[in-house]
Amino acid sequence: MTAHAKELAVDVRGLRKQYGDVTAVDGIDLGIRKGEVFGLLGPNGAGKSTTVEILQGNRDRDAGEVSVLGSDPAHGTRAWRSRVGIVWQDESAPAELTVGETVRHFARYYPRPRDPGEVIGLVGLEAKENSRIKALSGGQRRRLDVALGVIGDPELLLLDEPTTGFDPAARRQFWDLIRKLADEGTTILLTTHYLEEAEALAHRLAIISRGQVVAEGEPTALRQRHGTGATVEWIEPDGVPRTEHTDTPTRTVAELMRRFDGEIPGLRVGRPTLEDVYLRLTGQEDAR
Amino acid sequence: MTTTAVRSRTEAPAARLPGAWGLGLRQGALELKQFFRQRDQVVFTFAFPVVFLFLFASIFSDDVEGAGITASQLYVPAMMAAGIMSTSFQSLGISIAIERDEKVLRRLRGTPMPPAAYFLGKIWLVLVTGLLETVILLAVGTTLYDVELPSDAARWFDFAWIFVLGLTACALLGIAISSLPKTSKSASSVVVLPFLVLQFISGVYIAIDTIPDWMLNIGALFPLKWMCQGLRGVFLPESAQVLEQAGGWEFGRVALVLAAWCVGGLLLCLLTFRWKNRRDG
Repeated sequence: MTAHAKELAVDVRGLRKQYGDVTAVDGIDLGIRKGEVFGLLGPNGAGKSTTVEILQGNRDRDAGEVSVLGSDPAHGTRAWRSRVGIVWQDESAPAELTVGETVRHFARYYPRPRDPGEVIGLVGLEAKENSRIKALSGGQRRRLDVALGVIGDPELLLLDEPTTGFDPAARRQFWDLIRKLADEGTTILLTTHYLEEAEALAHRLAIISRGQVVAEGEPTALRQRHGTGATVEWIEPDGVPRTEHTDTPTRTVAELMRRFDGEIPGLRVGRPTLEDVYLRLTGQEDAR
Repeated sequence: MTTTAVRSRTEAPAARLPGAWGLGLRQGALELKQFFRQRDQVVFTFAFPVVFLFLFASIFSDDVEGAGITASQLYVPAMMAAGIMSTSFQSLGISIAIERDEKVLRRLRGTPMPPAAYFLGKIWLVLVTGLLETVILLAVGTTLYDVELPSDAARWFDFAWIFVLGLTACALLGIAISSLPKTSKSASSVVVLPFLVLQFISGVYIAIDTIPDWMLNIGALFPLKWMCQGLRGVFLPESAQVLEQAGGWEFGRVALVLAAWCVGGLLLCLLTFRWKNRRDG
């Protein structure tokens, strides 16, 4: 293994997966560095979950090379599984057990688990430690899922759409939790279709669409690279609003200043947001 | 942007993974805890064979000619065998199918839990529930239907191995059949039908001397018939041997068939067990 590959927690090349006639993953390359938070962003059905399931060792692939913490997940050993934490998309914790019982029991599966009490505190379920899982709310169950994902003190945490169905407050709490884990040095891969989530959490992100990576990089770099041009809006003297797309907004504004000789009514100069970039790259511009 | 700086963690030396036996014991304790917390399931599991024993043994209570026993007494070992099969085959077949459908199994597979620990946990669960069921049925049989407990230690030894081999064979078959239902909704029908058929052709509901030979021969391919026969040998007087198809208890053959099913069931489990349902690929 090269020194470069050693620095990568996840190294994916030419990954392909087909379901019948449908190509879910169509040649994806990904490199996730140790210690970083990596966002996999894309609309529903873009191939995010399939990719993550292959990384988890839970789905076969048709082609491509995959290395997760130096091993092929298709042949993951127990020792390898103890280093990878998974937060599943669907709730499947035993309903009749309490939060405390479940977290303590899962800790026993791992050679070097975190302290169960500390993990319950980390996800903010102290008050629910003695509640049966069936009595938890959706958001609380999700936090339990995270607790079970990190109880083994994983080097790599794979989260598949962790905040789907959260209210805004719960989502903020969850983000804080992910940041805490990232601060501790956990490498985190998270899929999401919420753009602000990827922007808030990820050091780097890849946008995938129809099974392919259409853009990759730091959120600000992505915006600069793919978000060319600007929008200038103003209102004409006859009251009609005008919008102009231009690569030279300063010149447009200078021309307007000459024409209006003073304040330009309703002037707005907009740079494309990451959302504009995302929608354009995933072919969803019409959604705006 | 509010992200934190990339930091890398120090790598710790490898620690030993927990062993399957110890984890299996813990897993078993957890399975029992979950089982006994589902009160309706507990009542249903334990009451079902007791109710059936009460119904059949009360409806058919005449003396059986030339066998020195009553028809009621015939039902006690038969329902004990059915009880062992229901706590192992039926309850595992249904519950594992549900766990697979609800992705509990897939979640476990994502942890470093050794697969053996999961199965050991299930074995502990059925050992405890199967023993409880047997004790309840035996208590009903001795108090209501005058079944006598054997005074001979050899007979108790026979009981012990019939119980363990029968329970193990049925548990393994239950684990194997759990892969058959496509969803948790169809699980109970898929599992209960073969169990019900076997109960009819193995001498549980209907005395063996009234079942057509060809049916008995089919029943004889499966463990339940031999569990019934062995338990009759343990709890009924020698005079009742005349009712058997072969005219005797055939303990040797009982042991052989049950042991063979333990091996066959294990192979079947190893070949067919899946941690995900078919939809999850």
